[in-house]
Amino acid sequence: MAASNFTFRVWRGDKSGGNFVEYAVESEEGMVVLDCIHKIQATDAGDLAVRWNCKAGKCGSCSAEINGKPRLMCMTRMSTFEPGATITVTPLKTFPILRDLVTDVSFNYEKAKQVPGFKPGKKEADGTYRMQQEDIDRVQEFHKCIECFLCQTVCHVIRDHEDNKEAFAGPRLFVRYASLEMHPLDTNDRVALLKEKQGLGLCNITKCCTEVCPEHIKITDNAIIPLKERVVSQYYDPVAWLLRKVRGKKTEAAE
Amino acid sequence: MNKSLKVLQPSEMIAGSTNRTDAWWKEPLLVVMVLGGFAIYATWAALQNKHYFVAPYLSPFYSPCLSANCADCTLPLIGKWWNLSPAFLILWVPGGFRATCYYYRKAYYRSFFGSPPGCAVRDVSKSYKGESAFPFILQNIHRYFFWMSLVILAFLWWDALHAFKFEGKFGVGVGSLVLTGNAVLLSLYSLSCHSCRHIAGGGLDVFSKAPARHRMWKTFTKLNENHQLFAWISLFGVALTDVYVRLLSMGVIKDFRII
Ligand code: SF4
Ligand code: SF4
Ligand code: FES
Ligand code: FES
Repeated sequence: MAASNFTFRVWRGDKSGGNFVEYAVESEEGMVVLDCIHKIQATDAGDLAVRWNCKAGKCGSCSAEINGKPRLMCMTRMSTFEPGATITVTPLKTFPILRDLVTDVSFNYEKAKQVPGFKPGKKEADGTYRMQQEDIDRVQEFHKCIECFLCQTVCHVIRDHEDNKEAFAGPRLFVRYASLEMHPLDTNDRVALLKEKQGLGLCNITKCCTEVCPEHIKITDNAIIPLKERVVSQYYDPVAWLLRKVRGKKTEAAE
Repeated sequence: MNKSLKVLQPSEMIAGSTNRTDAWWKEPLLVVMVLGGFAIYATWAALQNKHYFVAPYLSPFYSPCLSANCADCTLPLIGKWWNLSPAFLILWVPGGFRATCYYYRKAYYRSFFGSPPGCAVRDVSKSYKGESAFPFILQNIHRYFFWMSLVILAFLWWDALHAFKFEGKFGVGVGSLVLTGNAVLLSLYSLSCHSCRHIAGGGLDVFSKAPARHRMWKTFTKLNENHQLFAWISLFGVALTDVYVRLLSMGVIKDFRII
């Protein structure tokens, strides 16, 4: 791709208000949206606020909404747009705006604090813990999360219903819950918490989180639905409940 | 760069319901047409109460046929007093299975309820409680529909087997292949179910202590990755199987005998 011209419509403003400002940007071969934003900073708007760090899709800082879709700016290639196109860039909708493209994402850190931590059981006789590769394979996927919070911003449960924020952890945290709940050594039980306080039931598995995840974590299929199934076993399945009683097990996973 | 713009609130950053510029509405529209079309056809076919059997083929919408009034009775569990279509005795099982399926839930929440109509497209309704409150909290019974569907599936395989028996002798007609194909597709759909995956082993934390269940879980996980695909092709499969039997029985087409 040779150099092409684009019009960037970038949201400028803070919590008291703002508007879109248009910038003409000439994009060279290989450039990504973040490069264009940097170019705008270098030429037209030295005070344009944007968060970024690695420019390699690994730090999760440069999340924004590009033409209405939550994406990493550093991983959105300019070659995916028609030359001459107008590209709208806004900050993440679900979190309070600080300035321009920067939002306050502390909601996610607050929710993270509410996750009961990893609690291993008793050590083996020789004083160590052992686990098998096949027991840990399933949770490796969850550890790829870069905390970009794209899944959190796209999730309609809180994106469109501010009142649900109090009682909803969100997909990123469901991934974290799943990685702990399915861990072979962990003994904490978070199923009741997920159902009662973290809003697992608010999720209607419409998979937007999965669609936007830059790490391609199958959030809905591999974290949320399996957790929902655990809630079903504990609360909505009389047969599973009876079987646990008969066998004297407290949770399904201990079977 | 243009200045002197009027001040907008951050909430006005998104014009209308979304800033998306692609045709996000195409997918929900397609789902409304296909799923809605299927629901209408299935209801119509179930109401007909005729043209569902032509020896040796029984339409999957009427199988197992449980009333003594059936054109081809599988099991006469219900006496002659049942004078509605026998399809209604059983269709609630596959109907409920699909209605509570994790994949179809996604499809119809988006396209019929607009919650959300598309990703980063504003929800249609103002308040939202999802599956944490009535009515959608009832989705939690899905695994029971899964078990019941397995029973229905066993009958569909039985029908497929019978579709190779022409007046007591082995034979193969196009219909035999149609019924078998339908049973295969419905098996793939049922066994790729998320609840099935969970029951097989998804609820365990330590796979190494239960190697047989771990193997099962891995197999169902592979199938599960294609659950959406199986959901659609089996939907077409079952409707087309009914259409085939119906047209045969109405005399519109003839069954081609291969053997
Ligand atoms: S699948 Fe659930 S958690 Fe993910 S975006 Fe949709 S509602 Fe939110
Ligand atoms: S789960 Fe994916 S989308 Fe969500 S924060 Fe982690 S990397 Fe980002
Ligand atoms: S700058 Fe690190 S993910 Fe984009
Ligand atoms: S049938 Fe779709 S998830 Fe069970």
